[in-house]
Amino acid sequence: MTPPPVLELRDVSLHHRGSDTPAVQDVSLTVETGGSLALVGESGAGKTTLLRLLLGLGRPTRGTVAFDGTELAPRDRRQMRAFRRSVQCVFQDPYSSLDPRRRVGDIVAEPLRSLGLDTKATAAPKVAEALERVGLPADAVRRYPHEFSGGQRQRVAIARATVCHPRVLLADEPVSALDVTTRVAVVDLIAELKRERGLTVVMVSHDLSVVASLCERTAVLEGGRVVEQGDTARVLGAPAHPYTRRLLDAVPRLPV
Amino acid sequence: MTLLDLSGLTLRTTDGTTLVDDLSLTLAPGERLGLIGESGSGKSLTALAVLGLLPEGITATGSVELAGTQIVGAREEQLTRVRGRDAAVVFQEPLTALDPLMRAGRQLAEPLRRRHGLRGPALKRAVLDALERVRLAEPDRIARSFPHEISGGQRQRVALAMALACEPKLLIADEPTTALDVSVQAEMLDLIDTLVRERDMAVVFVSHDLAVVARIADRAVVMRQGRAVEEGTVLGLVRSPAHAYTRALVGSARRLESALNLGDPR
Repeated sequence: MTPPPVLELRDVSLHHRGSDTPAVQDVSLTVETGGSLALVGESGAGKTTLLRLLLGLGRPTRGTVAFDGTELAPRDRRQMRAFRRSVQCVFQDPYSSLDPRRRVGDIVAEPLRSLGLDTKATAAPKVAEALERVGLPADAVRRYPHEFSGGQRQRVAIARATVCHPRVLLADEPVSALDVTTRVAVVDLIAELKRERGLTVVMVSHDLSVVASLCERTAVLEGGRVVEQGDTARVLGAPAHPYTRRLLDAVPRLPV
Repeated sequence: MTLLDLSGLTLRTTDGTTLVDDLSLTLAPGERLGLIGESGSGKSLTALAVLGLLPEGITATGSVELAGTQIVGAREEQLTRVRGRDAAVVFQEPLTALDPLMRAGRQLAEPLRRRHGLRGPALKRAVLDALERVRLAEPDRIARSFPHEISGGQRQRVALAMALACEPKLLIADEPTTALDVSVQAEMLDLIDTLVRERDMAVVFVSHDLAVVARIADRAVVMRQGRAVEEGTVLGLVRSPAHAYTRALVGSARRLESALNLGDPR
């Protein structure tokens, strides 16, 4: 028997209170273990709303979010603990997602501490390993986020998200705040984590070239609905929906 | 004839850190120049220095001559005369350029009133014309809206309409499409391209994105850590970059873009 998808949305809709139109409507998506899925679309398409649902940070008005085949129940503390251990996230802005008053070592150790996996002492070697893996120097543990550039901060965020060896990494526009040379380096890092550790990746992005570099599957969202989904090579290589074609045509290209 | 002449421009903080180092460049009327660089390259500060808009604590030495006026060390009255008439600017984030407590129409009316001395119905007509010129559908509704009531793309169009209101000889655009969605960005670039072409306006287009700069500019200066490392036509820079840093920039951009060539088997 094949294992159930690690994350699954079944006919999910979410209405925000006081809003006439749903933020997302009738969305069904599956994330297989070891696979990678991109959620693509423009502002207001519902990408981040879906990511929040996948993170268990909100509950859908209709439909279900399932983790390892079981419906996600934010009040079930045991399940949520297993869930948090397995699913970690990285956000867009490395300037606002790291606590400026804490040292990088404490920031990266945070998941280990809050999941009750480690004490400060037992966390230290794991933190060192996580920092090394993302290409940061060992002395980073004693330094503060402001001492690092945007790209290095995003590496800190990735170290924090991967320190507890999660199975799934959810990333919300992980490279869009970065310069192009740094962007390539962070894309390479995520690709390496995928390849070497079998990390499952779900990524929200409006940047189609980053999506094409990292994700095997793509779902295109417009106005809260999935208008097209499938293998990235097919969706972006031979788009069936006019909205996907419009997105692709709008990408500025270098002159040849 | 030069419209803009930067010569030995150096920008320093009060504690002596050099942010822009000995930058020289010239721009002829109607010419379109790209300033390319990553964060911390000094490209945005250079753009601000052209209008004498440097933040407090940063001092300029050297020379910035804009349509015959020396900007470095100029008094505020001189700068006020230059701004809008000789050069105007569109910033990355239209929310910071627009007053959140003022309806879009009133904000746009201000430069039109000052520059052209328009009043009453004529002013109202000019506001609607200006909004139509930046291809905003429903100019009436936009004019009555507060900035938070319209989309990011619409706000950036209003900001562009304000910059164009005084018919400047030079438009400075500082990452004007970075905060926009990709399809809105494409429309905005088209719009800037058409409007400046129609008016023979010169452009300094600041961006980290080579492909975006290529849409607007003919020539570009690549900046890194406050210095110009390479200058040339945009085509030349992209096709045969000479400086190692330009090569790295072009290489990164090409690599990301090549991921989109999904027709080819990889």
